[in-house]
Parts: sequence; structure tokens; C-alpha cells
Amino acid sequence: MVRGIGDLLQHGLLLKYVVASLFRVTWGFLLAAAVAIPLGLTIGWYRRAEMAFNPLVQIFRPISPLAWIPIAILWFGVGDLAAIFLIFVGCFFPLMLTAMSAVHNIPAVYVNVGRNFGLSTADFVSRVLYPAVVPQLITGSRITLGIAWLVVVAAEMIAVNSGLGFLIIDARNAGNRYDLVVAGMVIIGTIGLLLDLGMRSLERVKSFRWSYSED
Amino acid sequence: MSTEAVTTFPVRGGKLRMEHVGVVFERDGKTVSVLEDINLDVSDGEFICLVGPSGCGKSTLLNVMGGFLWPTTGSVTIDREVVRGPDPRRILVFQERGVFPWLTVEGNIGFGLSQLSRMEREERIAHYVQMVRLQGFEQTYPSDLSGGMKQRLQVARALAVNPDILYLDEPFGALDSITRLIMRGELLRIWQSERRTIIFVTHDVDEAVQLADRVVVLSARPAKIQDVLTIDIPHPRNISSTRYLEHRDDLLKRIGLAYTA
Repeated sequence: MVRGIGDLLQHGLLLKYVVASLFRVTWGFLLAAAVAIPLGLTIGWYRRAEMAFNPLVQIFRPISPLAWIPIAILWFGVGDLAAIFLIFVGCFFPLMLTAMSAVHNIPAVYVNVGRNFGLSTADFVSRVLYPAVVPQLITGSRITLGIAWLVVVAAEMIAVNSGLGFLIIDARNAGNRYDLVVAGMVIIGTIGLLLDLGMRSLERVKSFRWSYSED
Repeated sequence: MSTEAVTTFPVRGGKLRMEHVGVVFERDGKTVSVLEDINLDVSDGEFICLVGPSGCGKSTLLNVMGGFLWPTTGSVTIDREVVRGPDPRRILVFQERGVFPWLTVEGNIGFGLSQLSRMEREERIAHYVQMVRLQGFEQTYPSDLSGGMKQRLQVARALAVNPDILYLDEPFGALDSITRLIMRGELLRIWQSERRTIIFVTHDVDEAVQLADRVVVLSARPAKIQDVLTIDIPHPRNISSTRYLEHRDDLLKRIGLAYTA
């Protein structure tokens, strides 16, 4: 297995595959965050919107992102876009639900203080709502990024010709190189750990850390 | 304010006026009357304490005054203007969790000061940091402050925007008794130097007698004003003087907690 990793490094394939996988995860995750978080915050803030959207969310949520693979290939063909779309789908609902519950959990006191000091809507969002939900969003993002990393491997086994998922399936198909399969798994695990550590370090930023203390 | 020099309580009426204020809540299809026919005149610079049995609607009344809640009947007027919502000229200080945990002491005090120039803001912050004795903690986050410090910080943030009325909702209720005594003294000192109108909700009889010009006693729910006591002892009040104790006994009697042996 160690030799397998060595082989891959020598051919420059490992780095290329890692970068390819990270690229897809990054874009899928960021696009999902850019859409799902503002949407979730808005829907969470307006009770009526939530009552309207919730059934829809609950129907889509239990569908595994992998079930979207055929549709992803149909829409985007075999390639990066299909994989990014799958990650987007996998991240969208967890992020949206995180944002919705984060809004619900804002203590009423903060909202009242914001109103008392006469903030405009824009100021209220940027100076009360946003800072109040950030800690929960970070925790939610940490979990979601783990999901993204799960999805990318599966997506790459089917929808593309590069990346760590492709490495694993390709190593098996092209001559049962199980050393490379295990090497791929070890690398996936290691990178998952690093991603998680990176997100965790955000939780330690002073102005975010407040909600993790017991008070 | 000409009466200040003579006594501690100023002329009645003028600042805040409540007329026939009533609040009815609807809960599970049932209507619950919380406040009924509250009439009160508060004059500029006066220190009012609201006391009453717990759950009687003291906080509700404060929320109505602060504009957070519309009264079902009647109206609240301040300077002859009907209160239509929260307003930075009147700040409510909450019992707990009122300070923003994501801002430092400085950030919290400066929260309502974004309209000011940087220099003015810094001056104002420095002034109030000193007033509530938080020097040295400017860059500290609330999670590293004690309960008493957090409440002082909340008062400082409120005063920094120069409000004419300060509403305090059991601000020292979550503090230990020693800290509470210290905080009373601090609040009096601040009130005497800044002369804002203060409406202070408390369930602590001693707190009311020590602080207030007038103590408004609310009845059990639906709350009505049962009594208004004038405490005409000059500050600082000697809390073991006969006069103080008489007022205290009087108040306890009116709440129905007199010592009967």
C-alpha cells in the first residue's frame, strides 16, 4: 500500500486526483452554501414561509444525493459539472436546515436589543442576525463538508474520469490493484480529517467561540 | 429639575404617561388578561420601581412602555407622543443575556453609536467604560466577565446612546446578594450623575425602598396598580434607619407580607 502511494506520487497522479476531488468539493459546497444559507435564514425568519416550504424540504431531504447521479449525468454529461451538482445537492438541504434552525435559536433578547437600538434591516442582518447564527452555521458546515467529501468519492466512481473516487474504482477495474484501493481510502480519510480540523479551527475564533462555552 | 435641590422626588407628571393600559393575551384559544387599567404619570428624572407578585405582568408592562408590545387598550405617551415601537431614546436593560457575546466590552458599548464619528465614538465608549468601572476589560468578551460586570456593561451600552428613559427588567435578579447590593449603589451613583428617568422592575422589596422615588405596587394577575408609595428619604439612604424600615414595613404590608407575630 505504501508502495502504491509511492507509485502514485511518482506519476504525479496523486496530487492531480486530490486537487480534482478538492476542486469539486469546494465548488459544490460553496455554491450550496451561497444559495442554501441565505434561503434558510430567510425561510427560518418568516414562520409562514417555513410552513409553506417545509413539506417540500422534507420530501427532498431523505433522497440520497447518489440517487441524483443519473439525472446529473443527463443534465451535465460526464464531467466536473455533474460531480459538482451532486455535491451541491448533497450539501444543500443540510445547510438549509442548519440555517433555519439557527434562526429559530436566536435568543429573543438579541432581536429585541437590535430593535431597541433602531437598526435598519440591513444593519440588523449584518450586526445581530448574522453574528448570532455564525457559530451554528460553522458547526453545520463542518458536518456538511463531511457529507460533501462522502459524496464526491461516490460521484467520481461514476460521473468523471479523475479524482480519488475514480482512483479507487479504476484501480479495481484495471487489474485488481487492491493496494491502490486501500491507498485511496487512506488518503480520503486523511483529507477528511484535515478538512474537519480546518473547520474546527474556525470554532476557536474568539468572536465565534461564545456559543460553545457553557453560558 | 429645580426641585432636585430640595428633595429627591421631582414634580409629578410630564415625562411618561400611561392611560387605561390593558393587555390581553390569547393562548390556545383562551384569552388571558394580564394588565388592566394601568394609569401612571412619571416625571422627568424620576426613579420608579415596579413591584408585584411574580408572574403578575411587571415585565409585560415594561415591554408595553418600551414599545415592544402594543397594549390591547389604552396608550402610552412619552413627551406627549404616543409610543409606537422601540426607540433608541428609551433603552430596555434585560435580566440576562442582554449583552452581545460576539462583541467585546468596547464593541457592546459602541453598539448603538455607529452614526458617530470614530473619535466621538471612542470618547463616548471610554467615558462609559469608566462610569461602569470596566477599565482594563475593554477588549474582553462577555464570556470572560462575571454576571455583575455583564449587567454593568448592559447599562453602559444603554446609557451610551443617551436615552432619556432607562427601563430595567429585574437587572440584578440573577446576581448574588452581595453583588446585588454593590450594583444598587452603582446604579444610584450613575442615576445621580446622569439624571435619566428610570423605570425599574424588581421583586426585591429592599431594592425598591432603597432606590425608588416612588414604588408602584401591582396586584396579582390581571395586574392593576394597587398602591403607589412615595419614598421621600434623600439618597444615600441608610438602610437601617427607622424611616427606611418604616417604609419597608409599609411596603411589605401592602404586598401582603407583613410580619405578624
